[in-house]
Amino acid sequence: MKKTIITVVGKDTVGIIARVCTYLADNGINILDISQTIVQDYFNMMMIVDTNRTSKDFKDMVRELDELGESIGVIIKCQKEEIFDQMHRI
Amino acid sequence: MINIFEVAETNEMIEKENLDVRTITLGISLLDCIDADLKLLNEKIYQKIYGAAKDLVATGEYISAEYGIPVVNKRISVTPIALVGGAACKSPEDFVSVARTLDKVAHEVGVNFIGGYSALVSKGMTAADEMLIRSIPKALSVTERVCSSVNVGSTKTGINMDAVKLMGEVILQTARATADRDSLGCAKLVVFCNAPDDNPFMAGAFHGVTEADKIINVGVSGPGVVKTALEKVRGENFEVLCETIKKTAFKVTRVGQLVAKEASKIMGVPFGIVDLSLAPTPAVGDSVAEILCEIGLEHAGAPGTTAALALLNDQVKKGGVMASSYVGGLSGAFIPVSEDQGMIDAVTAGALTLEKLEAMTCVCSVGLDMIAIPGDTKESTVSGIIADEMAIGMVNQKTTAVRLIPVIGKGVGETVEFGGLLGYAPIMPVNGFSCDAFIARGGRIPAPIHSFKN
Repeated sequence: MKKTIITVVGKDTVGIIARVCTYLADNGINILDISQTIVQDYFNMMMIVDTNRTSKDFKDMVRELDELGESIGVIIKCQKEEIFDQMHRI
Repeated sequence: MINIFEVAETNEMIEKENLDVRTITLGISLLDCIDADLKLLNEKIYQKIYGAAKDLVATGEYISAEYGIPVVNKRISVTPIALVGGAACKSPEDFVSVARTLDKVAHEVGVNFIGGYSALVSKGMTAADEMLIRSIPKALSVTERVCSSVNVGSTKTGINMDAVKLMGEVILQTARATADRDSLGCAKLVVFCNAPDDNPFMAGAFHGVTEADKIINVGVSGPGVVKTALEKVRGENFEVLCETIKKTAFKVTRVGQLVAKEASKIMGVPFGIVDLSLAPTPAVGDSVAEILCEIGLEHAGAPGTTAALALLNDQVKKGGVMASSYVGGLSGAFIPVSEDQGMIDAVTAGALTLEKLEAMTCVCSVGLDMIAIPGDTKESTVSGIIADEMAIGMVNQKTTAVRLIPVIGKGVGETVEFGGLLGYAPIMPVNGFSCDAFIARGGRIPAPIHSFKN
């Protein structure tokens, strides 16, 4: 299964998770795991999602999530899992 | 499973510490383009490169979007043109026509540099080699993206002093031919000893004759990542220091390995090597000199600099070697002056001289790199500097290189601006005593005794 990591970083506000989840649901992307923490008043969230069943092109997804982030006032990044796996696992 | 802190660490490296993949370089053999007819040769070279590289830039951009990591440069290296053009080119001007073809195709596929306008003359020069070398000033002045390199020595062959003499002249001619652009042509010209066949970094990249038809080589970077990691171990002993560099180099190189494998898969071209270099840029926080300062020096160039650089270079390799299935190229720490803000500051402060830089090249990954010198420097003096650097490479069985820029019309104390990744540099003083009689001797310096390992 191809996994993708979505990260959201920014000032905490109401409805961040809701809006990201709505976007994912609308595009048939399944959420496998969510973790969240607040570091120095900043909202940090990581989602592991399964992008196997979406028809969305990866580049479009990156762009749309970036735009969504901009509208909420947070930074949303969307990256294939391998970059983290490669860096942190032998 | 990956946790949020690991993800945050990686993204911090990318966003705040300038971690990037410095270059994906597609090596292309042009040996099958050889033809006795110049027009046909140029046509075949154009077709081969265009066909192989038309998707290179898009591939780099796709990978960049997939993993959220910048892939800064997409480049091409080709078989040394002296070999490819030998049959067709009867004059230096003929070779210039090949340079124009390379420049044209580089523009059309969208790469920012194409390397391999090169000659390998570590023991002797053929007529074609010499013609190519003599064509370099013109070739670099009429093209924008072509990079040139000449290998004039190796541990196995010794040093070709005729070529060293010639390169002193060629460097100054190149400076004069591009005097209207602050002698920028010299920034695209490297003289090597022990040049590797699989170097992805410009300006010295070429596709060696030992390589396959096409190959993907990737150069990673990340001085800022190492610097930030070292900030957390201030005051700790050398064991802790070295372990920290090693672990960081491992992480950085893993990214390069991932990108190289992915590019190789998408383009259907075999993966060659990852060059695990710390390659600085003029951006603040992307500096090798700043790492040296973090290790404990007031400025790069202070006593202790050579030792600090030696350990840095070695630990980068130790950490990187396990992270990639094949490492190669120039791996280690680059110490260009104009491309590194910390180096520029050190020169301006008077802490770093050409002589100290020469000592540093004994232990860094390459050599005297991107150093601006006065435009009225004598040809024999440039050759003398080259000879010294080649001797260091030959005796120490390492790659060394010289990329000097004699800036026409400017002298010590002035500054030259190259722009972009090439940065800017204060012009450094050169030892003015003559080596005319030494350079005038001609011939070659024999290979050192430890080259006989048979």
